[in-house]
Amino acid sequence: MSINEEFRPNIVAFCCNWCSYAGADLAGSSRLAYPADVKIIKVPCSCRVNPMFILRAFEKGADGVIICGCHPGDCHYSTGNYYARRRMKLLFSMLDFIGVEKSRVRVEWVSAAEGVKFSQTMNEFVETVTKLGKNVRLEDLRCSK
Amino acid sequence: MQRIGVFVCHCGSNIAATVDVKKVVEIIKNEPGVVHAEDYQYMCSEAGQAKIIEAVKEHKLTGIVVCSCSPRMHETTFRNAAARAGLNSYMVEIANIREQCSWIHKNIEEATEKAVILARAAVAKVNLNTPLFPGESRVTKRALVIGGGIAGIQTALDIADAGYEVDIVEKTPSIGGRMSQIDKTFPTLDCSACILTPKMVDAAAHKNISIYTYSEVENVSGFVGDFTVDIRKKARSVDMNKCTGCGVCQEKCPSKKTPSEFNRGLSNRSAIYTPFAQAIPNVPVIDREACIKFKTGKCGLCAKVCGAGAIDYEQEDEIVTRKYGAIVVATGFDMIKLDRFDEYAYSQSPDVITSFELERIMNAAGPTKGHLERMSDHKAPKDVVFIQCVGSRCSDERGKPYCSKVCCMYTAKHAMLIRDKYPDVNVTVFYIDVRTPGKNFDEFYRRAVEEYGVHYIKGQVGKVIPQADGSLLVRGVDLIDNRQILKKADMVVLAAAIEPNKDVRKIATMLTASIDTNNFLTEAHPKLRPVESPTAGIFLSGMSQGPKDIPETVAQAGAAAVKVIGLLAKDKLLTNPCTAKSDELLCNGCSQCANVCPYGAISYEEKLINDHGIKETRRVACVNTALCQGCGACTVTCPSGAMDLQGFSNRQIISEVDAICR
Repeated sequence: MSINEEFRPNIVAFCCNWCSYAGADLAGSSRLAYPADVKIIKVPCSCRVNPMFILRAFEKGADGVIICGCHPGDCHYSTGNYYARRRMKLLFSMLDFIGVEKSRVRVEWVSAAEGVKFSQTMNEFVETVTKLGKNVRLEDLRCSK
Repeated sequence: MQRIGVFVCHCGSNIAATVDVKKVVEIIKNEPGVVHAEDYQYMCSEAGQAKIIEAVKEHKLTGIVVCSCSPRMHETTFRNAAARAGLNSYMVEIANIREQCSWIHKNIEEATEKAVILARAAVAKVNLNTPLFPGESRVTKRALVIGGGIAGIQTALDIADAGYEVDIVEKTPSIGGRMSQIDKTFPTLDCSACILTPKMVDAAAHKNISIYTYSEVENVSGFVGDFTVDIRKKARSVDMNKCTGCGVCQEKCPSKKTPSEFNRGLSNRSAIYTPFAQAIPNVPVIDREACIKFKTGKCGLCAKVCGAGAIDYEQEDEIVTRKYGAIVVATGFDMIKLDRFDEYAYSQSPDVITSFELERIMNAAGPTKGHLERMSDHKAPKDVVFIQCVGSRCSDERGKPYCSKVCCMYTAKHAMLIRDKYPDVNVTVFYIDVRTPGKNFDEFYRRAVEEYGVHYIKGQVGKVIPQADGSLLVRGVDLIDNRQILKKADMVVLAAAIEPNKDVRKIATMLTASIDTNNFLTEAHPKLRPVESPTAGIFLSGMSQGPKDIPETVAQAGAAAVKVIGLLAKDKLLTNPCTAKSDELLCNGCSQCANVCPYGAISYEEKLINDHGIKETRRVACVNTALCQGCGACTVTCPSGAMDLQGFSNRQIISEVDAICR
């Protein structure tokens, strides 16, 4: 357990430009802290997140990946988050099948006004992934060399 | 390989206090592609931008990374700086090391490490950036205003005065909105109708304004400068062109038992009705759910008495499709339902009313012709108790967390008006705080207390108990004297919290405009862009954006109008160049991308393709860049990997992932 206490996960967060990225900015300007382990990549819409990106992140040693988009019905592009939701459902069940814990991946809806939710979500997610420990199932050690 | 310059901003101490900017510069210099890195106090300042331009020239930079605040703040600033230096403005990436790093982390080591990682990701992306060129789209020089209250009317008038056409779509049979229901306005005690109706008339008479009442927005497509909107004109059952507004039909209508929306249910109206005397247009509508003719087929009295032959039972809803360059949302507010605040006995006693109901009671055209009466026995009350913050500043889920802003002032107004007209009536106000920021507001409240003798008690009411004799027992606390209060009242008035009109959710979804957790529309920036939605071409006016009083609403309406005029004054708009692009060699013409495209931007063409020397005609996807909005749905759907998004390409995002996970 001593290793787990030291362990700091590496977390990739895909945030859509219109809601969640703005939500993250609001968390920032409101000084709502969350661990530095979370690094955000901006995408135009959650539907831009290719399952390939998530597999790539795990392959490269990410310990958790979270996709944040607009609330259902509020997508800037009308339907993008619905596509994301379906695709991720499929990908997550596949990840589960190959032994990557389901709680290493997550889809969350965060609006531009939800700085508090963004911060809370990230705190919870980091805590969950920290408990799971390092991701080893998909990590390609050749990549880290 | 690109030649990249990295510019790390201190943002005064906003970044530099938690991120070791010098260290970031030192480390980032070793990244592939980086030929120059420096830090500066304020990168966004003229001097900071000059440094970037200088460095581009000196080091022959082909790409720029600015480590600074959110791209939502200064991306445009730095893109313009790049353009001035002769670079394509899309060769700039921002690493957000303020909102997403320095402001949320305390540990300098951790924050610096994260800043380096974010900078690396941006460098990795810029390495794969290619110059992009915005296209142009046309601007339809007409605006749509949704909602015909004071916010919508003022916005429309201001836009129309500038010479542009405006359409107002109003759901109810008349424009006027909530302000038409208000009796007097604070802090001047102006007659609300007297100052509103001239504006209604102006709007109706203006050559640039078209008003669609009893109509709703049904569907919105398109984007800034080029929206296409379907408006449903609900069947009025009265021919607008024939009706003279004489009112005989309403007099003769035998169905008179429908609660009047205008009088907040305190009186009844006929099935064929105009909401109020000064309604614009002065043409009634038939409420088909209340009309005997529509329910049973018999009656038809209104058609018989109508001298103009304007009644048309066969009329159907009509869909009008129009194009607009800009849309203003002015959908207004309502008061929350009080069924979850049963401690105030609102549902049990007709003498417990909301402030809005009192507004109608006080109004000369209201259900009591302006006489202060109890709704139960129509007797004049002797003791009136006002309860503030019913559902406002409420910590549980029954109410709203915010202050409704106008209640303190309108309650002072009501109290003052009652004491003025009926000096024998005792008026008591229970409040949490009295909030009166505004010009002449506090003076107004003090007049209520000092001149009119309104009794203010700091404390909340726990329960209102209807008594057998028809009176009401108010149980509350006085927090200053620290004692329980039992007070007999004849009438209790509740300052119910204000909430956005319930239809705003549906409208926001149609417009893809974002709304907050309380269903108020979100601004593009809470301070610097308060009348714009984050969605381009959508503007906010009035209570739909947040609680505000009439002067603030009028000011915001003018501000929204100016933004609309600024947009409509342009002939062309630059479009986002981050659009999808199909690799014709990889595309197999399967149509998957077209199926997921929300804009119908993808079509298929039979094209002669030269596939490594083999020439053949293939069916391939073509993206219409004028329609594509760059969401990227198609890129993920494409089974052959032919579709990619410029500016957010697969390789670019993967390079960011790699940089973060390194």
